[in-house]
Amino acid sequence: MSDPRVAGVGLTHFGKHPERTGRAMFAEAGLAALDDAGIDPDDVEALFYGNFMGELAEHQGHQAPLMAEAVGLDVPATRYESACASSGAAIRDAVFRLRNGEADVVLVGGSERMTNIGTAAATDALSIAADDLYEVRAGMTFPGAYALMARAYFEAYGGSKEDLAEIAVKNHEHALPNEYAQMQQAITVEDALDAPIIADPLGLYDSCPITDGATAAVLVSEDYAADHDLDTSVAITGTGQGGDKMALHDRQYFARTPATKDAADEAYDDAGIGPDAVDFLEVHDCFTIAEVLALEGLGLYEPGEAIGAAGRGETTHEGALPVNLSGGLKAKGHPVGATGVAQLISLTKLLEGRHPRAEAVEGASTALAHNAGGTVASATVHVLQEVVE
Amino acid sequence: MSDEPRDDGFDDLLDAIADGEGFYVECANGHGSLPPRLSCPQCGSQELSEEPLPDSGEVATYTIVTVPTPQFDEDAPYVTAVVDFGPVSITGQVQGVDPEDVETGQVVGIDVGESVTRDERLIVFEPR
Repeated sequence: MSDPRVAGVGLTHFGKHPERTGRAMFAEAGLAALDDAGIDPDDVEALFYGNFMGELAEHQGHQAPLMAEAVGLDVPATRYESACASSGAAIRDAVFRLRNGEADVVLVGGSERMTNIGTAAATDALSIAADDLYEVRAGMTFPGAYALMARAYFEAYGGSKEDLAEIAVKNHEHALPNEYAQMQQAITVEDALDAPIIADPLGLYDSCPITDGATAAVLVSEDYAADHDLDTSVAITGTGQGGDKMALHDRQYFARTPATKDAADEAYDDAGIGPDAVDFLEVHDCFTIAEVLALEGLGLYEPGEAIGAAGRGETTHEGALPVNLSGGLKAKGHPVGATGVAQLISLTKLLEGRHPRAEAVEGASTALAHNAGGTVASATVHVLQEVVE
Repeated sequence: MSDEPRDDGFDDLLDAIADGEGFYVECANGHGSLPPRLSCPQCGSQELSEEPLPDSGEVATYTIVTVPTPQFDEDAPYVTAVVDFGPVSITGQVQGVDPEDVETGQVVGIDVGESVTRDERLIVFEPR
């Protein structure tokens, strides 16, 4: 089977940039990706673009053509909206387009402007990824939803706020050398435990920040890469997607995420690997507990076992299975619609040895990206592998 | 708010709960869900009926929200909980008890209350 190649990647600084428009951020990321790929921009045939809250944050719907234009491309462009998994979903359709031979070069990416509307309005905008009638109108916030899952996890399997704090500490440490990260600052377990509570048992340092930023990647067919002698060594060898009931109360489990499991099973099967082949990964840690649920859903830990992984040092940059070497959503930042492609970018750079944390994965060949929407009513998983031509 | 169109199903359920006649949607295979439904979210069955909601449920999980959305600015801190009524589970706010005294497994009844911030209707639970 023909596996699409990651030909080039680009992103903006993730952080608080309230004055930057979505289109300006995406232009920067998209042009950087095209430049990194070193291809003729005229060869790009389509844009797959992720964005979640554009209507609320910028009063801008129909964003995809605007973003293609911002990058100087005259191509059909479609926006993908799957809450925080928007650009993960965009990658998946881009992969299908390349695999089925309908296109040879596509641009995939996302952008999100969030801090311009302030914390209260951003909290409200994020909440609409939940069921408006039956969750949001009862006062559920996004941290609140993950707090419900965290408490259910603690009751089912044990675990503590200290365990969650270890995850925050790890991801902050990972982000230290990442110049694109929103938070390049080390924290301690005590810092995390002393931080204000947002939704008990989750505190400020259990939560990712509100972030402005954009990401883009040029994906090409295997044939195009060969014909144009492109220097690409990273292939997307597996893709999977899972779904679940929208509202938490309609789920069988509060402390497990079957959508992640379904997406992972499909992606592993697609790539012809098992979970044991994964050398390192980026998972959707919008909250610390989400990293735990992801690692268990991905089949890398048994239910109840991932809560202590960071504290035991297994998922740190020095551990056997480094998780979120970019800093994750937690420290790198989470410009919602851009996050899926941000994960792809981090993994590509790590596999290519041009990421500041690349030393941690020297000799590794298989990486995984896990992007989740809502309380994981949507999940996408992609397997990236270094290919030897 | 009276000029706003109703949300069929949702507002019907809240009216019913307020009248002490809460219900849920049950399919031919016994799966419960909340209205409006034309098919069962668990199995796709289109044979649906409205059944009386059990009088009380148990708190399955809960959180004390201290950073709310603007709609609940003056309500915070408040307790959001998922309550298991058996055939169906429902999300709402636990009231009539100190937030610190809420616990999983607690038996609660269901009612309709109003938010402090915007006087908007919401599902509330109170300990039995």
